[in-house]
Amino acid sequence: MPEAGEGRGRTPVPVRLPASREALAGLRAGDPVTLSGPVFTARDATHARLLAEVRERGGELPYGLAGQTLFYAGPTPPAAGRPAGAVGPTTAKRMDAATPELLAAGIVATIGKGPRSGEVVAACVEHGAVYFAAVGGAAALLATHVTSAEAIAYPELGTEALVRLELAEFPAFVAIDTLGADLYGSAAREWARGRQGSTDDVEEGQ
Amino acid sequence: MRTVDSHAVGEAVREAVVRAATSLRPDALAALEAAAARERSDRGRAVLGQLLDNAAIASADGVPLCQDTGYVWVLLEVGVEACVCGDVPAEVDAAVAEAYASARLRTSIARDALTDRSNTGDNTPAFLDVAFAPGSGVTVHVMLKGGGSDNASAVRMLAPGDGEEGVARFVVETVAHAAAGACPPVVVGVGVGATFDKVGGLAKKALLRPVGRPAADDLTAALEERLLAEVNALGIGPGGLGGDTTALAVHVATAPCHIAALPVAVNIGCSAVRTASVEVG
Repeated sequence: MPEAGEGRGRTPVPVRLPASREALAGLRAGDPVTLSGPVFTARDATHARLLAEVRERGGELPYGLAGQTLFYAGPTPPAAGRPAGAVGPTTAKRMDAATPELLAAGIVATIGKGPRSGEVVAACVEHGAVYFAAVGGAAALLATHVTSAEAIAYPELGTEALVRLELAEFPAFVAIDTLGADLYGSAAREWARGRQGSTDDVEEGQ
Repeated sequence: MRTVDSHAVGEAVREAVVRAATSLRPDALAALEAAAARERSDRGRAVLGQLLDNAAIASADGVPLCQDTGYVWVLLEVGVEACVCGDVPAEVDAAVAEAYASARLRTSIARDALTDRSNTGDNTPAFLDVAFAPGSGVTVHVMLKGGGSDNASAVRMLAPGDGEEGVARFVVETVAHAAAGACPPVVVGVGVGATFDKVGGLAKKALLRPVGRPAADDLTAALEERLLAEVNALGIGPGGLGGDTTALAVHVATAPCHIAALPVAVNIGCSAVRTASVEVG
């Protein structure tokens, strides 16, 4: 399995959503990115509903989700003139059990925080999907990169409803790439081994 | 004997919830700034920069620091020369419901862990503890605890022979296992002693201490320093993306225990340690 690098620089790669498989294949674990375009919020209860619907439909995604990005998040209500006062990533591993099936059905990218299972890494490779990590605890900042919110399904779930958010230059990192490199799996080990993690030399070499 | 009405406790809870949700404690802010100045990882510095920007936006716009505005833990500290009259749990829950609606916080409480996972819709019930203190003061301590950091926590009943080494191993293992998803840099609350049910509260209460202030006792303070160094040597770093700052501080609180016991609890606090304390009356 390839190792995640230190990213190829400090300048974020702009990623337009929904992202094509080709665009996703060009990303590498460790790359800082900015995400612009639609994403769909889905967390614990949303996943249970979505998975049931996908199975009912013989493996097909509902609500036009094919080719789209899931954002593991439960926003706070609108505030300060923004669609959500705060919206940031929740812990992705709680969604791991459902993710391979949703990637097989056509979800091409997910956004969350924290490490994921080997099964999710393998599913990213198999389906050419990417897992983006956003910064947990930066939800007031991240909310300034959300321009609109539209309820799509399961309004009775409250903050766990499926909501389409429009992102504008939302900062994130590539955590699992389409080759199976896993930033969370390698970053701590490499740092602890004494690699400085500085990208100065990479940038200077370019 | 000083008498305090439970309504005043509710008022204090309301004030504390809103403050904890939207403004980073000055000591936590200072700890993040110091970490940002020290951190050598590019990604780590980028994450810490986002967390500092986040605190500024939350405080300027009065919006929550985090979308997970948590469950509410209330520790009501009552002086032995004071008496609180009235229905404290009802006042506390009413204050929580009001604060979550007025400050536009997220409600995140399931009606029952097993039999009914529907959202109660007002973030009640709060989780209320009462403790006695010397004097006639009454203080409300409030902590908003997110699911990500609480899920990363653990309790273990060690044997007395495991000693300080056993405690250290358990703390470092717990952080190594779960901190990457718990919004690092974390503050690690460690409880050592008391009983199976109380050691978790000891660890949680350690998170109320100003970030990085050493324990009063020299031996405990030395253990804190050792644990912080070992935890940061893990390299998990800000956001779990690699770096020097896995934890901002380790706070250890110790207590008496049974001669056969060495209970240890690790309660992970996220970088924001959202707590506020208010004197009642």
